[in-house]
Amino acid sequence: MATTSVQATLAAATRDGLLRTPIPFRGGGFAPSSNALLAVAGLGSFLVLWELAFAMRWVNPVLLPGPIEVAQALWHLLITGELEKHLSASLYRIGIGWALGAVGGVALGLAIGLSTAARSIGIPGVSALFPIPKIAIMPILILWLGIGEASKVATIGLGVFFPMAVATFGAIDNVPRNLVRMAQSFNVPFAQVVRKVLLPGALPGILSGFRISASIALLLVVAAEMIGADRGIGAFVMQAGNLMQTDQLLAGVAVLSMLGLLIGIGLSRLERALLAWR
Amino acid sequence: MRLVVEGVWHAFGATAVLEDISLTVDASEVVVVIGPSGCGKSTLLSIVGGLLQPVAGTVAIEGAPPKESLNPITFVFQDFALLPWRSVRDNVAFALEHHALSRAERDRLVHDALARTGLSDFAGALPKQLSGGMRQRVGIARALAVSPAVCLMDEPLSALDAQTREILLEDFRLIWERERVATVYITHNLDEALRLADRVVVLSRRPGRIKDVIAVPIPRPERTSEAAAPELARLHNRLWRLIRDEAIAADRELALH
Ligand SMILES: Nc1ncnc2c1ncn2[C@@H]1O[C@H](COP(=O)(O)OP(=O)(O)OP(=O)(O)O)[C@@H](O)[C@H]1O
Ligand SMILES: [Mg+2]
Repeated sequence: MATTSVQATLAAATRDGLLRTPIPFRGGGFAPSSNALLAVAGLGSFLVLWELAFAMRWVNPVLLPGPIEVAQALWHLLITGELEKHLSASLYRIGIGWALGAVGGVALGLAIGLSTAARSIGIPGVSALFPIPKIAIMPILILWLGIGEASKVATIGLGVFFPMAVATFGAIDNVPRNLVRMAQSFNVPFAQVVRKVLLPGALPGILSGFRISASIALLLVVAAEMIGADRGIGAFVMQAGNLMQTDQLLAGVAVLSMLGLLIGIGLSRLERALLAWR
Repeated sequence: MRLVVEGVWHAFGATAVLEDISLTVDASEVVVVIGPSGCGKSTLLSIVGGLLQPVAGTVAIEGAPPKESLNPITFVFQDFALLPWRSVRDNVAFALEHHALSRAERDRLVHDALARTGLSDFAGALPKQLSGGMRQRVGIARALAVSPAVCLMDEPLSALDAQTREILLEDFRLIWERERVATVYITHNLDEALRLADRVVVLSRRPGRIKDVIAVPIPRPERTSEAAAPELARLHNRLWRLIRDEAIAADRELALH
């Protein structure tokens, strides 16, 4: 009904010889999407270009080995068990350091989110200590704890602790206060308000803290292993550099890249499983 | 049993918000509080519900609340206040979990509350899957599950669209006819007030004082009938005259802040 009358008006307008200006489309763009084909093509051309640079001797092959050499080095690391030796040492340090730092950081963040005393002392403390690059205090940690595992784990733990504390209290602060009031209005006891309202409500923020702190842990384990270790991916990369074994070196870097990628995928899985309610 | 509010004063810092509020709510009575924006309605309700300490005055329940009541004074919130990670069923159960009830008893109370609010088919749904009207039904089911003696409702319909509001208003009326829970109900909407109230308490602009209390002498089920229309229109005009100038003045005060 409405359209016919509009059409009738338009038809009448043209009959009368009036100008009819179509409205141009102007709503395009600003909506990028991901194309798997383009992604593969991009990665592929990068590898081809790299191999070409190597094969054509555009750069000194000692400084930049080709992708095939790096892949061969990686394969060699895998079958000789070298990879397992170094990777397990790094994973052990990340695992323990990250777990200790995360548990401590979440606990401190929760305390800051709940208590005036913890907040008054904790926030200035965290603000002062968070910006210190943790690798800068590794020498003192080595003096205190020795050159062994403890100082490396402690460096990672400290690196993880502060961002986890910040992420946690921010997340607790962001839980809508109305949910807390609701729980109080039903006389839900304090500990249960924390367990059933604040912690689940803070979970999205805590999980994104996991993401940040995991990449910090990866960074610190490599740095710590470069300073003093004979095992670990960081140590391996360092040794390969000293010996000019650039194919080995880049193989180690590739392992780190994949490790970071796997941790990211694992965390995304965790988020999807735990935050399905969002 | 009745709710008695006596001489309540409140201020936030230097801002006086409530002045000498006294009122009683009898068992199964619905008292609606209206008043201009920012006059202290929500503050008053928080004080009545024990979520805010008044500067002066007392709130008490006189006489024993029904002994099956698990939470004598219970809120229904404007923004529903549902836990988004819990299903409808578990949101209702949240009000019961800390009570010493057997699993079976708790399940029965949840089941009953959902049935009484027409939510049985949605027990497993998450809040994000529900419309606003359905979410507020969950808020009501959660309140009914603890058998309140007094129900406190702060603009429970104001987050909903007009049609949903109309539907829920009718549901409220039916539920309240059946459950007979004493209620303090806050709204901006005069029609809503006249549909539900036994008495309407009119507050002045901030600092809120009780300006008038108006009884609605028409039985609730008859208020949508043609016969009641003239009387309701008369009451509507009377309420509007009471709050019109206050609302205009309050609006200007807000603009000057
Ligand atoms: N926590 C607070 N701190 C300081 N001032 C507050 C606080 N809560 C409310 N107020 C002020 O107290 C006054 C009364 O607030 P209240 O929320 O009770 O009003 P209201 O009548 O419910 O308003 P509305 O109709 O907008 O819901 C307002 O001016 C508000 O700005
Ligand atoms: Mg309010």
